[in-house]
Amino acid sequence: MSQVINNSLKQLGQMLASKQISSVELTQEYLRRIDALNPDINAYITLDKDKTLAQAKAADARIAAGKAEVLTGIPIAQKDIFCAQGWRTTCGSHMLENFIAPYDAYVIKQFDAAGAVNLGKTNMDEFAMGSSNETSYFGGVKNPWDRSRVPGGSSGGSAAAVAARLCAAATGTDTGGSIRQPASLCGFTGLKPTYGLVSRYGMIAFASSLDQAGPMAKSAEDCALMLNIMAGFDEKDSTSVNRPKEDYTRDLNKPLQGLRIGLPKEYFADGLEANVGAVVQAAIEEYKKLGAEIVDISLPNTQLSIPVYYVIAPAEASSNLSRYDGVRYGHRAKEYTDLMDMYCKTRAEGFGAEVKRRILIGTYVLSAGYYDAYYLKAQQIRRLIAQDFTEAFKQCDVIMGPAAPSTAFKIGEKADDPVAMYLQDIYTIAVNLAGLPGMSIPAGFSNGLPVGLQIIGNYFDEARMLNVGHAYQQVTDWHTRMPEGI
Amino acid sequence: MSLNIQDVQRIAHLARIEISPTEAEATLSKLSGILGLIEQMQAVDTTGIEPMSHSQDVTQRLREDTVTETNRRKDFQAIAPLVEDGLYLVPKVIE
Repeated sequence: MSQVINNSLKQLGQMLASKQISSVELTQEYLRRIDALNPDINAYITLDKDKTLAQAKAADARIAAGKAEVLTGIPIAQKDIFCAQGWRTTCGSHMLENFIAPYDAYVIKQFDAAGAVNLGKTNMDEFAMGSSNETSYFGGVKNPWDRSRVPGGSSGGSAAAVAARLCAAATGTDTGGSIRQPASLCGFTGLKPTYGLVSRYGMIAFASSLDQAGPMAKSAEDCALMLNIMAGFDEKDSTSVNRPKEDYTRDLNKPLQGLRIGLPKEYFADGLEANVGAVVQAAIEEYKKLGAEIVDISLPNTQLSIPVYYVIAPAEASSNLSRYDGVRYGHRAKEYTDLMDMYCKTRAEGFGAEVKRRILIGTYVLSAGYYDAYYLKAQQIRRLIAQDFTEAFKQCDVIMGPAAPSTAFKIGEKADDPVAMYLQDIYTIAVNLAGLPGMSIPAGFSNGLPVGLQIIGNYFDEARMLNVGHAYQQVTDWHTRMPEGI
Repeated sequence: MSLNIQDVQRIAHLARIEISPTEAEATLSKLSGILGLIEQMQAVDTTGIEPMSHSQDVTQRLREDTVTETNRRKDFQAIAPLVEDGLYLVPKVIE
């Protein structure tokens, strides 16, 4: 049984199809592991074993009836940002501590239709606002590689669950790096697709022009299989892109001969820890051996992506989070004098410090007299940032660099300094602003801690990025390494 | 642009978040740090650049003006903090 947890999704599918294991047995193995490890790691906020095992049973029946699909019967962890009907869906917040979702997110529906098993809802920074999982109302998550360190964020619970083999694969969302940075810090493969590829329906909104869901898994191949389930046009998301369905595994085994890799000089400048840079450089050497060509490029507005993001994301968040008023769902203060007092107390009690800060920043930059100086200016610079990428992709097929400037940092180290925390996302944020796809794959270790290599692709070029990731994973074994003590 | 305590109180009121004087003090220093970071934008000349609100140039889709949702009032009110006779209850608004 101990072998099973390292199997790829494809291998698990084959074991299920050939009846070497049942979905119930596989699910029970993961639930047993969660019972043993989750009290310390805190990757999951909500488990519901009855619901989970009922899905596993149904999957076994479907397999027996010969109607299995690729992920039928495979236990998947869902980030607690996705509404799942009948499941408590908290988004890491006291505001939604007792919120039972009355409907399914598109992503949840897709996994249900595929016959996957929902193992539980994973921990996250409150409303996905954070880079360390420390803003969760339900407590921080420990990095399985070193439990005194953070797993990254905001998809920290999904990240720890994948790294500690507490699920076969997981979902995440990425508004400014929330899939790629934890993938780098916890040593697995995570992909943020092109904006609009995965429907945002039922995914609790943070910054709507940036939010995008994606897979978090042990390998590029597993991510491709997950993305096949997650991607698709959805009428219910006004920004869902209507394009034909793709098979993201189709190019996995293409040779990389002649691939042009762009290295932006800004991603290797001051601010990058030397040991992280060395691991990334070594990975690039490996790509040269695979036949890739290196092109030096520049993304001159990289530094500006952080200030621009911290105008646009809080502005959109302040608008999105105005729905939490204590009237229709979520927390309501116990005592209040009138309607205004009820709103103010409800929101003061329901939101944590970082969420409040971002709502206040957003409210400020959108307030009368400041709109042009902040919001409009940020949107103008956003275009410059996107144009940098358009220029770069004239010279190369993919862009590579670090996913995060450092390895996992100590719990508490940056918790009291929002600006230091925001700088964690220096290499990931511009990708969200431009709406491009980005992924992080394990590229090695520094002092025993994982380091990720970021691969940025052109719009809708996920199949190529997964090919690039997969080719590397055929000649290296970083992605198969496991933390000790799990 | 530097903020003062009155600004923080005013913004918190606009955002409908109650804030105590001690919290306002702590918030002021954090917000000032973040605004300092944002201030870097002002060095960029953006004359004539069209603002980018969205990464894809898509237009809003239209659909037939027909009812597509089923009535699930009971389900939705089951998760509300306070309801009576199918109505959401809030403190008295009109005297």
